[in-house]
Amino acid sequence: MPSTIRVRASAGAEQTDVQSLIQHPMDSGYVKDAKGELIPAHYIETVTFEHGGKVVFTAFWGPAVSKDPYLKFKFSGGKKGDDLKVTWTDNLGKTDSSVSKLG
Amino acid sequence: MAACDSKKFDRRFVLQAAGLGSVLAAASFAYPIRASANTDAAYPADAFKQKGEAEAVKKLFGQAAVASDKVKLDAPEIAENGAVVPISVSTDLPDVTSIAILVAENPSALAALYKFAPGTPPSVASRLKMAKTTPVIAVVEAGGKLYSATKEVKVTVGGCGG
Repeated sequence: MPSTIRVRASAGAEQTDVQSLIQHPMDSGYVKDAKGELIPAHYIETVTFEHGGKVVFTAFWGPAVSKDPYLKFKFSGGKKGDDLKVTWTDNLGKTDSSVSKLG
Repeated sequence: MAACDSKKFDRRFVLQAAGLGSVLAAASFAYPIRASANTDAAYPADAFKQKGEAEAVKKLFGQAAVASDKVKLDAPEIAENGAVVPISVSTDLPDVTSIAILVAENPSALAALYKFAPGTPPSVASRLKMAKTTPVIAVVEAGGKLYSATKEVKVTVGGCGG
């Protein structure tokens, strides 16, 4: 299965800029399908970003975050070629993670 | 690490242990806390269930926020599509540990909570769903105190419909 996570991270002199896009339905549990039945809630609860064995940034999400969530943030340090590990877990216990290199 | 089924485990544990065995629970528990206690906090399920924004903030931080012009909340004045509203928050305040974003008129106000490790600059951008025209509130936790900024977003087509 291809990864659900796409990350673009570029290391600058002081800060590393990170943009990530995760494929996920982010169903809120309030929307009905074509048959008029509620689509059960299915959304990412936690996303963590690890650099050098340390969690630099954590996102806790509720069902109000948009489908295929986009996220942009920065962290200090980080050099070109360093690993950045992204892990998400959703409310149904599914999880995925990926490791990408800082550019 | 590939995707793995984690139904048998507490989700937080799976994140920390990243699929090692339950035998390693103690070890994996101790390590991330030392590395960065703040960013390793548990998912605040209770706060996400609160209907109102004040209740959610209270549940998260145990206190109320004070409006501050040091919190920069960037949101569109008019959102044509409530399903995808870009929201970004940043601040000059020092020692920021968390940023929470709340959408007052949504069924549950708390939309997202971001945790920053020491040294991580307090700035985040993401996209949120909004049911209808609503105030959006950004709450910044800095040095144990809470600061907030509010902006009204007019929603033309709600993002929670169906």
